[in-house]
Amino acid sequence: MRYIPNSPDERAEMLRQIGVSSMENLFDSIPADLRLQRSLNVPTALSELELLKKFETTATRNPAAGRISFLGAGAYSHYIPTVVDSLISRSEFFTAYTPYQPEISQGTLQAIFEFQTLVCQLTGMDIANASMYDGSTAMAEAVLMAERVTRRSKVIASSAIHPEYFEVAHTYVQHAGIELAHSDYSPETGTTLADALTDLDDKTAALVVQSPNFFGCIEDVQALADKAHEVGALLIVVVTEAMSFGLLKSPGACGADIVVAEGQSFGVPLSFGGPYVGLFATREKYARQIPGRLVGEAYDGKGRRGFVLTLATREQHIRREKATSNICTNEGLIALAATIYLETMGPRGIEAVAKHCAQKAHYAARKIGAIEGFSLPFSAPFFNEFVVRAPGDANSLLKKLANEKGIDGGIALSRYDANRPNEFLVCATETNTREQIDALVDGIESLSH
Amino acid sequence: MITKVTTHLSPNERLIFDRSQPGRMGFSLPPLDVDEAPLDEIIPRDFQRDDGLAGMPEVTEVDVIRHFTRISTWNYSIDQGMYPLGSCTMKYNSRLNEKVARIGGFANLHPLASEDEAQGALEVIYELQQNLAEITGLPGISLQPAAGAHGEMTGIMIIRARIDARDGKEKSAQRRTMLIPDSAHGTNPASANLSGFTVKTIRSTSEGLTDLDHLRELCAHGDVAGLMLTNPNTLGLFEKNIRKICDIVHEAGGLVYMDGANMNALVGVARPGDMGVDVIHLNLHKTFSTPHGGGGPGSGPCCCTKELEPFLPVPRIVRSDSAAADSKSQIPNYRLDFNYAQSIGRVKAFYGNYGMMLRALAYILTHGRDGLREATEAAVLNARYIADALVSDYDKPFDGSPMHEVVFTDKRQARKGAHTLDIAKRLIDYGFHPMTIYFPLIVSGAMLIEPTESVGRQELDQFIEAMRAIAQEALENPELLLNAPHSTRIGRLDEATAARKPVLRWKPQTTESHSTACP
Repeated sequence: MRYIPNSPDERAEMLRQIGVSSMENLFDSIPADLRLQRSLNVPTALSELELLKKFETTATRNPAAGRISFLGAGAYSHYIPTVVDSLISRSEFFTAYTPYQPEISQGTLQAIFEFQTLVCQLTGMDIANASMYDGSTAMAEAVLMAERVTRRSKVIASSAIHPEYFEVAHTYVQHAGIELAHSDYSPETGTTLADALTDLDDKTAALVVQSPNFFGCIEDVQALADKAHEVGALLIVVVTEAMSFGLLKSPGACGADIVVAEGQSFGVPLSFGGPYVGLFATREKYARQIPGRLVGEAYDGKGRRGFVLTLATREQHIRREKATSNICTNEGLIALAATIYLETMGPRGIEAVAKHCAQKAHYAARKIGAIEGFSLPFSAPFFNEFVVRAPGDANSLLKKLANEKGIDGGIALSRYDANRPNEFLVCATETNTREQIDALVDGIESLSH
Repeated sequence: MITKVTTHLSPNERLIFDRSQPGRMGFSLPPLDVDEAPLDEIIPRDFQRDDGLAGMPEVTEVDVIRHFTRISTWNYSIDQGMYPLGSCTMKYNSRLNEKVARIGGFANLHPLASEDEAQGALEVIYELQQNLAEITGLPGISLQPAAGAHGEMTGIMIIRARIDARDGKEKSAQRRTMLIPDSAHGTNPASANLSGFTVKTIRSTSEGLTDLDHLRELCAHGDVAGLMLTNPNTLGLFEKNIRKICDIVHEAGGLVYMDGANMNALVGVARPGDMGVDVIHLNLHKTFSTPHGGGGPGSGPCCCTKELEPFLPVPRIVRSDSAAADSKSQIPNYRLDFNYAQSIGRVKAFYGNYGMMLRALAYILTHGRDGLREATEAAVLNARYIADALVSDYDKPFDGSPMHEVVFTDKRQARKGAHTLDIAKRLIDYGFHPMTIYFPLIVSGAMLIEPTESVGRQELDQFIEAMRAIAQEALENPELLLNAPHSTRIGRLDEATAARKPVLRWKPQTTESHSTACP
């Protein structure tokens, strides 16, 4: 095995040296009847040549990966500058462990400190942690945190949140004594109905909204924050398309108390859903209630600045069952990718990409909305995703688009809501050219007439 | 003598915000090729960002490359050598696996692409599931959890769901106790708490194993939902009574969860499913070599018995073959199956950390059945070699033969004032990343050493020599340890002040005051 440095002869010599007569005897502490008396039923080893061939062949059975695509809904196709993968591929970054020994982990620690700062700047919040698994688990952790902060047990989540995010939160809180309720969105605007928030009361820990929401619509975050604060509840804002930070007023500036986001848009490949990176930011006063790792500034005996993992007394390895979360790792390397992406793009780059996304999506919406029989059911302003209502079954239209035109035109809402059979969600980013958008429009037009 | 390293120049590099200059640009975009609408017409002014993303750095691509290359050199990494963190399994991260994860057909695949158009991706998940089920001897499996602690939470929620279904809500409400040995990782009690359980701690015996009498006593009250056990345990010792332990818990109406953090000692040699374990999580980033990345991403699959399978997270990835045109052969067909009414639900959006699954499958197929066992043997042999060599210089609190990791203490060195932390820091001067320290909590001054199979004999010998030299220094010149490390770019940092007055981000107004303090 080429990954094991010691040759069989060396291993035999080492065995002799420690006085063990055979490899099998190394396992004497395992009762014989518990030892596997046969070989594993796993294939025999493949060479590098065979292995690559196998995976390359398997990858060809993912035709969607090569398609013109307008899929979004929590995972977005943005351009990734070459430097991102080049730098995260440095072994000093990707083969390092969690930075428990700060003297020889300053590279990772400083990068996370920069990441935390960037997340604060984007979200308009005071502090951010070193990242969570992804946006969905970050939202679930935010719900748990709101309960800790307010000591209230009811949480109201807008039904215009990504359905998978809601499902994850539901799983997390099912045994935590938290009642998680849905509040309706307006079928006209596509945004959370502030007037329907009748359940919002002095027992409510938090109101959770997504903006831009699952339908792409921009919520009036300020108005919802005011609503939540009137009853002493926190406002948790969820963002799945983090590129929207480049164009939209930050949740922090609109009164959010906790902001969580999926950071995949920042230099992270789609990779069939992961690994991504969850962003988690809040107000300074909640620093000791935040879940996950935190990196802070520290000085050595000679006054030299460095960075360390800090406020560890919140964490499981110290507080065990009383910890703020069971989370141990963050998404270190993906947070690094996001950091490199954001620093490469800079403020002007993020703004420019966000502008391209919005303009392309609105161009597509104008064109599709003008096709006979098609309409845009929601009136609220949107960023780069919008719902289209087709004259017939959306799923079969999308299938035909893929098979006959080679275009993945969107996500049928029936995947999540059987009551919306004719609607689909379209997303455009800076990677979609006018040519592609025109092909989508032509495709829809020709297939439905 | 320090043989592994020598000192050399280390570049200084301030925060990226200190490099920022207005007007520097690191990106390029094609011109906007669609008809542009006035911004105010598409997004109301009130919703538009008006702070210009103030404070974000403006730098060029060259700045970014230099910045990250410089700070990267301040990290220790597996590629530089032995990384003996106990229970962390820092083994070689193959470049081939990285290449596999970057194949366009996987990396550019959207998670909500239709199943028909993503058969290759689903096949990879299915194939990895099959292999992990065989390795653990537990047939039910979900790859959705994103990390070890996440897999733990999933496993414990499955136990809770099973007991609720078996006993009914009312009766099962009496079973809310989770037993956890005092040697367990902190994530165990934290995960149990998240699932609504009260933790009771089981003592370890003087041999370093689970105390069966104490276990029986705790199981006698009819309130036990389960046991969370790491095996080999965090002392590196195999729980030889594992079958008895499982029987006691099962007879008391509970289920057994195994923390798979230490599976690197067992792959190809013994299977948790054959020991009586009901559910386990694996760490693909430990046993199956996916990179730790400076703290993630991980991947924590959850494997369980047939009995617990209905409770696994959805969607499950299943195979349902369809008949080929000639009707004799079967065409494999993989799909997402949401139809499990008893499932605990979803634990993450989409299907888990897919990129890690690709790497783990590549690891398994590169090793093959014989290579997997060979890696286990080499890992245990390396740990035993260290255990054997250091026992003359360091206190080894348990006599039992360790598996893939071994625990020592600072008992002998502490008499002269040098403690575990000091030994660990001095090890840095010798060119090694320290071992896991002060864990497990039940061993005073613990030093938990796990070399893994990825270290050759020469480096093991260098490590042993370094540890012996440090033991000598502790006797003759303990000061040398107390002030270590001496050769790093910064010394020990004042963590207490950092936690008391946390500075968790850069702010423009603080740059000037700090620029005097940092080089």
